[in-house]
Amino acid sequence: MKRQLRWTLFFFLAPVVLWLFLLIVLPHIDLLIMSFRIENDAGDMVWSLSNYLNFFDEPIYWLTFVRTAVYSITVTFLTLLIAFPLAFYITKVVGTRFQGFFMTLILMPFWVSELVRVYGWMILLRESGVINHLLIKLGILHQPVEMLYNDATMIMGLVYTSMLFMIVPLISVLESLDDGLIEAAYDLGGNMWNILFKIIVPHAIPGIVSGSIVVFMLTLGNYLTPNLMGGKNSLWFTEQIYNEFIASFNWNQGSAFGFLLLVLSSLVIWAGLKLSRQKLSSVVQ
Amino acid sequence: MIRTLPNSRTYTVCFKIYVTCFFIFLFAPLLITCILAFNDSQFPSLPWKGFTLDWFTANLPDRVGIFHDQINLDSIWVSVKVAVAVSLLSTIVGTCGAFLFEQENFRFKQALYFLMLAPLVIPGVILGISILLFSNTLGTFFEESLHMDVGILRPGLGLVILGQFSFITTLVTLVVSARLKKFDRTLEEAALNLGATRLQVIRYITLRFLKPAILASAAVAFLMSFENFNTTLFLVGSEPTLPINLYLQVRDGSTPVINAISFLLIVGTSVLALANLYFSKKEQ
Repeated sequence: MKRQLRWTLFFFLAPVVLWLFLLIVLPHIDLLIMSFRIENDAGDMVWSLSNYLNFFDEPIYWLTFVRTAVYSITVTFLTLLIAFPLAFYITKVVGTRFQGFFMTLILMPFWVSELVRVYGWMILLRESGVINHLLIKLGILHQPVEMLYNDATMIMGLVYTSMLFMIVPLISVLESLDDGLIEAAYDLGGNMWNILFKIIVPHAIPGIVSGSIVVFMLTLGNYLTPNLMGGKNSLWFTEQIYNEFIASFNWNQGSAFGFLLLVLSSLVIWAGLKLSRQKLSSVVQ
Repeated sequence: MIRTLPNSRTYTVCFKIYVTCFFIFLFAPLLITCILAFNDSQFPSLPWKGFTLDWFTANLPDRVGIFHDQINLDSIWVSVKVAVAVSLLSTIVGTCGAFLFEQENFRFKQALYFLMLAPLVIPGVILGISILLFSNTLGTFFEESLHMDVGILRPGLGLVILGQFSFITTLVTLVVSARLKKFDRTLEEAALNLGATRLQVIRYITLRFLKPAILASAAVAFLMSFENFNTTLFLVGSEPTLPINLYLQVRDGSTPVINAISFLLIVGTSVLALANLYFSKKEQ
């Protein structure tokens, strides 16, 4: 009996360990090692800090990095602002008969590939796009305006792309809020803002944190939306990594950038968890 | 405030307007993409020039519909192959992971569990480059020390499958674990008492119980793989998957063929999503 149990343990353990070590642990160690190596004048690989020093010396690199971080935080915050009333409406306001219908309706677009969604926005917003056409037909505009390729549009696209990952945790946390608490506060004379900030928001903190973490991480690591909707001047840090890897073929510099992005995303996630006193394992579920 | 309390009219009306705006925002790009797939024009834009199915079925010099567009059809086929492989692999390993973390005890279990969650918080781009680097390192090693040329270590479908597998497996593990948590372990004990071996118990009892979760996660894995862009971007070789191929076309200008493909994707995924929803409803 005992030996048989060990056997199944090995049976389950082996594939999981292979997966995690070969595809997660070792590649990331390799990434770290590569980021500290450069090719010297003789063409040999040597240890060096210069990949990281480059990052701080060249303003374009660290400015892109800071911009990406700041924009990701903005996107996370905007997504939360838009998603919260909606999650509240679906869980608490709309008649219970429509809840399932609304949920399905919200989930549907996010099953579709991100590329298709971005493409939809492109044909809506570009100079020869649908919105320009309609505005000119209505006489509001006389000349078509290029609405794509600027920072505002890019941020909107990122908010759109990550909306689902905020709404789902918010809905599940608001569902667990007892209506009786809100009713009691109302009967005791609490006004709307009081109830919102003293009862609803404190209860929703776990959902807010887990939604924000996922949205932040996905936005930070997004390549498609900034690349297709952002302008020439709105470079995203992932594009910087792509350029080093594919265009310049400087893998060591690219590894340093990749590692910095990984550190940034881990730091923000860690800070979010600490601030809200949660565990990673409870957030992902 | 909420549905059981008296609400002012302005409050209700404001909320309705907000929700309507939100849904317009949500569906406008998808609807417009679908509609323009049927526009009889060389460009995916208005004005409306009449209904046509050319972008699906035509095979003319200036218009090639999706059903005759060999490059796009090839990339769809590539994506299907990758997605089937990823969904098979990740379902098998993910189910092993669920058994491992729910039913077995061993040293460093917590550490390994934490490691298993890591792919969820590593940006896809980073996962892509680190797997690219590592496979290159391994490939160089094999070539220099053993004079072996290992094809799977070069960018291509093999690496794409491994890259997508590396994070989709985490999701499968979580979904199957959630179901396994609800499993009544006395059923296993009963079977063991009646003389079944551990393997028989897993095969005839536990796996039967897990079947809905396994099927659902296989479907989700298929979809995620089919649509993955970030990780795939760095690992893809000479055969692009559908998202990569579409990206290249969208970047360099577009024809309504892309709308036609998008339309098929939207309809396909919606059907799959609804089916998934229907079966999970039935399950409850």
